[in-house]
Amino acid sequence: MNKFINIAIKLAALLTFSIFFFIVSYIFIKGVPNLSFKLFSLEYTSENVSLLPSIINTVLIIVLTLLVATPIGVFTSFYLVEYANRRSKLVSLIRITTQTLAAIPSIVYGLFGMLFFVIDLGFKYSLLAGTLTLSIMILPIIINTTEEALLSVANNLREASFALGAGKVRTIFKVIFPICINSILAGVILSIGRIVGETAALIFTLGTVPKIVTGLFSSGRTLALHMYLLSTEAVHVEQSYATGVVLLIVIFMINSLSTYISKRFGRLGR
Amino acid sequence: MIKISVKNLNLYYGKFHALKDINMDINKNEITAFIGPSGCGKSSFLRTLNRMNDLVEDCKIEGEILLDDKDIIKDIIDVNILRKRVGMVFQKPNPFPMSIYDNIAYGPRTHNINKKSILDDIVEESLKKAAIWDEVKDDLKKSALRLSGGQMQRICIARALAVRPEVILLDEPTSALDPISTSKIEDLLGDLKKEFTIIMVTHNMQQATRTSDKTAFFLNGELIEFNDTETLFSIPSKKSTEDYITGRFG
Repeated sequence: MNKFINIAIKLAALLTFSIFFFIVSYIFIKGVPNLSFKLFSLEYTSENVSLLPSIINTVLIIVLTLLVATPIGVFTSFYLVEYANRRSKLVSLIRITTQTLAAIPSIVYGLFGMLFFVIDLGFKYSLLAGTLTLSIMILPIIINTTEEALLSVANNLREASFALGAGKVRTIFKVIFPICINSILAGVILSIGRIVGETAALIFTLGTVPKIVTGLFSSGRTLALHMYLLSTEAVHVEQSYATGVVLLIVIFMINSLSTYISKRFGRLGR
Repeated sequence: MIKISVKNLNLYYGKFHALKDINMDINKNEITAFIGPSGCGKSSFLRTLNRMNDLVEDCKIEGEILLDDKDIIKDIIDVNILRKRVGMVFQKPNPFPMSIYDNIAYGPRTHNINKKSILDDIVEESLKKAAIWDEVKDDLKKSALRLSGGQMQRICIARALAVRPEVILLDEPTSALDPISTSKIEDLLGDLKKEFTIIMVTHNMQQATRTSDKTAFFLNGELIEFNDTETLFSIPSKKSTEDYITGRFG
């Protein structure tokens, strides 16, 4: 029996690794031959479906979305864990809401963003509408990870700080936050993953213009969206594969960078 | 001289009456020990003296607690000023996950002392008073979490001393420590009482007899007996005190 379980464990690992390896090599084999310098020109034309504008847009929307959602999410968690009465109705309401929001398919956010930001508020298809939609989408991720991190901090550290005459704000920022920063950043990294991979929430909010955005009210497209659109247009399937390769590399780079940053911050917190 | 005077103190957690009509005068520069079985109210009482119970929901306090003739609830409105004057050391050593230096400097920095030279002096002085300076003076930058349990607890005592309190509350400060660390901390308390007023909850009756000047025995939320430690342990006036100190219950 033990032997059987042993084999099953190893088989599962092997299977997972093979699938992963297969996908990555498939994308690379299909995509790399189609990569060319032309694809990285600043201008998109119907002859040369350059993906550089989409990369730049992706980075922009990541930065803006995190700027909006991270402070709101982290502060909400501070409220939930450090300020609110843990048994209050409001807290459980916020908690249920965030958990529900986390499970909603992104197309629903896209629909909401289109109706509310694009039409009602008149933002049109724009960077602003896309950013706000994505911010709402990643808020639950940031709240949930931060909340868990805060709850894992031992209560006797809070007591030690209060007993020295420190107030709540000082206790949170000098004692609790440095302990939690790693987990909070892990939530942020997770959010970046969601943003990079998002299409459904963006197609009707950010729009699909294949140019570098020129301002908050200008429309654009992200790399994932670019890839989706290329493959649906059916005439640029090869370039779509190439975009897949670039998307993979971009995600890999962003993840490594964020892991590096979180380690640096983590060390400061110790 | 009386440092803290408690008059008709009642404490409730919701509907639970945890402390009943406590009256007690605590002398300056003495060690006062609180003993009694678990759940008797001794820790609740200790935590009332620096208003740590404010953090507990549904906690209600009635009566007077005078610190140098000022009521700590009605007259000292800013709880952080009270806690600067009445420091606390906890049962489980709880240093912050920072360097030894930053642990000690946390309190002074909280009260707006930021000048490096002054902080350096406070850190050295506090660590010396807590009898741990010689062990850590060469690596103040080291994380306090990498010390032994006994060292950590002395760091916590130094951290409490660094804000220059008048009273120090200790909540079973040695219950998580080995005998050698315990005796170091007991020796330390004898030195500290020259400068501070010390109030200590302990489960260990030998500790109370070894270190304290006065002892209070609590049972079921009531103060049963409060007397000089020697008298209380040799000729207790109440039957339940005698039963407890001779080990018949608790």
